[in-house]
Amino acid sequence: MSFHLSTQPLDPVALKASLADAHAGACVTFEGWVRDHNEGRPVQSLDYEAYAPLAEKEGARIVAETLARFPVTRVVCVHRTGALRIGDLAVWIGVASAHRAAAFDACRTLIDEIKARVPVWKKEHYADGTTEWINCATRGDHAGP
Amino acid sequence: MKTVHVHYFALLREQRGLSQETLATSAPDAAALYAELRARHGLTLPVERLRAAINGDFAPWPAPLKDNDEIVFIPPVAGG
Repeated sequence: MSFHLSTQPLDPVALKASLADAHAGACVTFEGWVRDHNEGRPVQSLDYEAYAPLAEKEGARIVAETLARFPVTRVVCVHRTGALRIGDLAVWIGVASAHRAAAFDACRTLIDEIKARVPVWKKEHYADGTTEWINCATRGDHAGP
Repeated sequence: MKTVHVHYFALLREQRGLSQETLATSAPDAAALYAELRARHGLTLPVERLRAAINGDFAPWPAPLKDNDEIVFIPPVAGG
Protein backbone atom coordinates (compact mmCIF):
# COMPACT_ATOMS: atom_id res chain seq x y z
CA MET A 1 0.00 0.00 0.00
CA SER A 2 2.08 2.88 -1.16
CA PHE A 3 2.66 5.98 -3.20
CA HIS A 4 6.22 6.89 -4.07
CA LEU A 5 8.20 9.21 -6.27
CA SER A 6 11.13 7.82 -8.25
CA THR A 7 14.05 9.56 -9.88
CA GLN A 8 14.92 6.28 -11.64
CA PRO A 9 13.17 4.45 -14.53
CA LEU A 10 10.23 2.33 -13.39
CA ASP A 11 10.27 -1.47 -13.76
CA PRO A 12 6.67 -2.61 -14.37
CA VAL A 13 7.53 -6.30 -13.99
CA ALA A 14 8.98 -5.82 -10.53
CA LEU A 15 6.17 -3.45 -9.55
CA LYS A 16 3.52 -5.95 -10.64
CA ALA A 17 5.24 -8.71 -8.69
CA SER A 18 4.88 -6.58 -5.56
CA LEU A 19 1.08 -6.89 -5.87
CA ALA A 20 1.09 -10.68 -5.59
CA ASP A 21 -1.48 -11.87 -3.08
CA ALA A 22 -3.13 -15.28 -2.72
CA HIS A 23 -6.46 -13.58 -1.97
CA ALA A 24 -6.43 -11.62 -5.21
CA GLY A 25 -8.33 -12.83 -8.27
CA ALA A 26 -7.84 -9.65 -10.28
CA CYS A 27 -5.01 -7.26 -11.05
CA VAL A 28 -5.48 -3.97 -12.90
CA THR A 29 -2.51 -1.82 -13.81
CA PHE A 30 -2.27 1.61 -15.42
CA GLU A 31 0.82 2.93 -17.18
CA GLY A 32 1.12 6.60 -18.05
CA TRP A 33 3.52 7.06 -20.97
CA VAL A 34 5.20 10.15 -22.32
CA ARG A 35 3.57 10.88 -25.69
CA ASP A 36 4.96 12.86 -28.58
CA HIS A 37 2.22 15.48 -28.80
CA ASN A 38 -0.01 17.62 -26.62
CA GLU A 39 -2.82 19.88 -27.78
CA GLY A 40 -1.57 19.71 -31.36
CA ARG A 41 2.07 20.53 -30.58
CA PRO A 42 4.91 18.05 -31.16
CA VAL A 43 6.59 17.21 -27.85
CA GLN A 44 10.24 16.13 -27.72
CA SER A 45 10.72 15.49 -24.01
CA LEU A 46 9.48 16.58 -20.64
CA ASP A 47 10.55 17.25 -17.09
CA TYR A 48 8.61 16.27 -14.00
CA GLU A 49 9.21 18.22 -10.81
CA ALA A 50 7.66 17.49 -7.41
CA TYR A 51 7.36 19.01 -3.98
CA ALA A 52 8.43 15.62 -2.70
CA PRO A 53 7.41 15.63 0.99
CA LEU A 54 3.89 16.83 0.26
CA ALA A 55 3.56 14.74 -2.93
CA GLU A 56 4.25 11.59 -0.93
CA LYS A 57 1.96 12.71 1.89
CA GLU A 58 -0.93 13.54 -0.45
CA GLY A 59 -0.30 10.36 -2.45
CA ALA A 60 -0.50 8.31 0.75
CA ARG A 61 -3.80 10.00 1.61
CA ILE A 62 -5.19 9.11 -1.83
CA VAL A 63 -4.12 5.49 -1.36
CA ALA A 64 -5.75 5.40 2.11
CA GLU A 65 -8.98 6.90 0.75
CA THR A 66 -9.03 4.33 -2.05
CA LEU A 67 -8.52 1.46 0.38
CA ALA A 68 -11.40 2.75 2.49
CA ARG A 69 -13.68 3.08 -0.52
CA PHE A 70 -12.99 -0.11 -2.52
CA PRO A 71 -12.47 -3.72 -1.40
CA VAL A 72 -8.95 -4.08 -2.77
CA THR A 73 -6.05 -6.03 -1.30
CA ARG A 74 -2.96 -4.28 -2.68
CA VAL A 75 -2.24 -0.81 -4.10
CA VAL A 76 1.07 0.45 -5.46
CA CYS A 77 1.57 3.84 -7.15
CA VAL A 78 4.85 5.28 -8.41
CA HIS A 79 5.41 8.59 -10.19
CA ARG A 80 8.60 9.58 -11.97
CA THR A 81 10.44 12.84 -11.52
CA GLY A 82 13.26 14.23 -13.62
CA ALA A 83 13.85 14.30 -17.39
CA LEU A 84 11.80 11.84 -19.45
CA ARG A 85 11.77 11.00 -23.15
CA ILE A 86 8.99 9.93 -25.49
CA GLY A 87 7.77 6.46 -24.56
CA ASP A 88 9.11 6.57 -21.02
CA LEU A 89 6.92 5.35 -18.20
CA ALA A 90 5.83 8.40 -16.19
CA VAL A 91 3.41 6.83 -13.74
CA TRP A 92 2.57 3.24 -12.79
CA ILE A 93 -0.45 2.20 -10.76
CA GLY A 94 -1.33 -1.34 -9.78
CA VAL A 95 -4.30 -2.67 -7.85
CA ALA A 96 -5.08 -6.23 -6.78
CA SER A 97 -8.44 -7.34 -5.47
CA ALA A 98 -10.56 -10.44 -5.02
CA HIS A 99 -12.82 -9.46 -7.94
CA ARG A 100 -12.24 -7.34 -11.03
CA ALA A 101 -14.79 -4.56 -10.56
CA ALA A 102 -13.10 -3.12 -7.47
CA ALA A 103 -9.67 -3.28 -9.12
CA PHE A 104 -10.84 -1.38 -12.22
CA ASP A 105 -12.68 1.24 -10.18
CA ALA A 106 -9.87 1.74 -7.68
CA CYS A 107 -7.24 2.06 -10.42
CA ARG A 108 -9.27 4.70 -12.25
CA THR A 109 -9.88 6.61 -9.03
CA LEU A 110 -6.19 6.53 -8.12
CA ILE A 111 -4.93 8.00 -11.39
CA ASP A 112 -7.67 10.64 -11.46
CA GLU A 113 -6.97 11.76 -7.89
CA ILE A 114 -3.20 11.71 -8.36
CA LYS A 115 -3.47 13.92 -11.43
CA ALA A 116 -5.78 16.34 -9.63
CA ARG A 117 -4.11 16.59 -6.22
CA VAL A 118 -0.47 15.52 -6.00
CA PRO A 119 2.01 18.42 -6.27
CA VAL A 120 3.86 17.25 -9.37
CA TRP A 121 4.46 19.54 -12.35
CA LYS A 122 5.20 18.78 -15.98
CA LYS A 123 7.25 20.93 -18.31
CA GLU A 124 7.00 20.06 -21.99
CA HIS A 125 9.78 20.72 -24.47
CA TYR A 126 8.47 21.25 -27.99
CA ALA A 127 10.02 20.57 -31.38
CA ASP A 128 10.28 24.32 -32.07
CA GLY A 129 12.48 24.83 -29.00
CA THR A 130 9.85 26.40 -26.77
CA THR A 131 8.72 25.01 -23.43
CA GLU A 132 5.63 25.20 -21.28
CA TRP A 133 4.61 24.29 -17.75
CA ILE A 134 1.35 22.43 -18.26
CA ASN A 135 -1.71 24.01 -16.62
CA CYS A 136 0.31 27.10 -15.69
CA ALA A 137 -0.49 29.30 -18.69
CA THR A 138 -1.55 32.78 -17.65
CA ARG A 139 -2.53 34.04 -21.10
CA GLY A 140 -4.70 32.43 -23.76
CA ASP A 141 -7.03 29.53 -23.16
CA HIS A 142 -4.49 26.80 -22.54
CA ALA A 143 -4.98 26.57 -18.80
CA GLY A 144 -7.05 24.20 -16.74
CA PRO A 145 -6.83 20.65 -15.52
CA MET B 1 8.31 41.38 11.06
CA LYS B 2 8.83 37.65 10.94
CA THR B 3 11.28 35.43 9.13
CA VAL B 4 9.87 32.89 6.68
CA HIS B 5 11.36 30.32 4.33
CA VAL B 6 9.77 30.21 0.88
CA HIS B 7 10.27 27.35 -1.58
CA TYR B 8 9.46 27.71 -5.26
CA PHE B 9 8.57 25.04 -7.79
CA ALA B 10 7.95 24.80 -11.53
CA LEU B 11 6.88 28.06 -13.18
CA LEU B 12 7.25 30.02 -9.94
CA ARG B 13 10.80 28.71 -9.46
CA GLU B 14 11.77 29.82 -12.95
CA GLN B 15 10.14 33.23 -12.63
CA ARG B 16 11.71 33.86 -9.24
CA GLY B 17 15.06 32.55 -10.44
CA LEU B 18 15.73 30.41 -7.37
CA SER B 19 14.37 27.42 -5.49
CA GLN B 20 14.19 28.87 -2.01
CA GLU B 21 14.83 31.99 0.01
CA THR B 22 14.58 33.21 3.56
CA LEU B 23 13.08 36.63 3.98
CA ALA B 24 11.57 39.03 6.48
CA THR B 25 7.96 39.98 5.98
CA SER B 26 5.12 41.70 7.75
CA ALA B 27 2.53 39.72 5.74
CA PRO B 28 -0.02 38.29 8.17
CA ASP B 29 -0.91 35.27 6.02
CA ALA B 30 0.18 33.30 2.96
CA ALA B 31 -2.12 35.25 0.62
CA ALA B 32 -0.55 38.55 1.64
CA LEU B 33 2.92 37.07 1.34
CA TYR B 34 2.20 35.86 -2.19
CA ALA B 35 0.84 39.28 -3.14
CA GLU B 36 4.04 40.84 -1.83
CA LEU B 37 6.30 38.42 -3.72
CA ARG B 38 4.20 38.56 -6.89
CA ALA B 39 4.54 42.35 -7.03
CA ARG B 40 8.26 42.26 -6.22
CA HIS B 41 9.23 39.56 -8.71
CA GLY B 42 6.61 39.80 -11.47
CA LEU B 43 5.17 36.33 -10.86
CA THR B 44 2.41 35.78 -13.40
CA LEU B 45 0.15 33.25 -11.68
CA PRO B 46 -2.76 34.85 -9.84
CA VAL B 47 -3.32 33.66 -6.30
CA GLU B 48 -6.61 32.07 -7.38
CA ARG B 49 -4.63 29.52 -9.42
CA LEU B 50 -2.42 28.48 -6.49
CA ARG B 51 -2.68 26.52 -3.27
CA ALA B 52 -0.62 27.26 -0.20
CA ALA B 53 1.34 24.81 1.92
CA ILE B 54 2.78 25.69 5.32
CA ASN B 55 5.31 23.46 7.09
CA GLY B 56 4.79 20.53 4.76
CA ASP B 57 1.03 20.38 4.34
CA PHE B 58 -1.74 22.21 2.55
CA ALA B 59 -3.02 25.21 4.49
CA PRO B 60 -5.89 27.66 4.02
CA TRP B 61 -4.83 31.04 2.63
CA PRO B 62 -5.95 32.98 5.74
CA ALA B 63 -3.89 30.82 8.12
CA PRO B 64 -1.62 33.21 10.09
CA LEU B 65 2.10 33.01 9.37
CA LYS B 66 4.49 32.37 12.25
CA ASP B 67 8.17 33.02 12.63
CA ASN B 68 10.27 30.42 10.77
CA ASP B 69 7.35 28.95 8.83
CA GLU B 70 8.18 27.14 5.60
CA ILE B 71 5.83 28.25 2.84
CA VAL B 72 5.29 26.74 -0.58
CA PHE B 73 3.05 28.25 -3.24
CA ILE B 74 1.71 25.37 -5.31
CA PRO B 75 1.04 26.08 -9.00
CA PRO B 76 -1.66 24.08 -10.80
CA VAL B 77 -0.48 20.47 -10.66
CA ALA B 78 0.11 18.35 -13.76
CA GLY B 79 1.15 14.87 -12.77
CA GLY B 80 0.21 11.67 -14.54
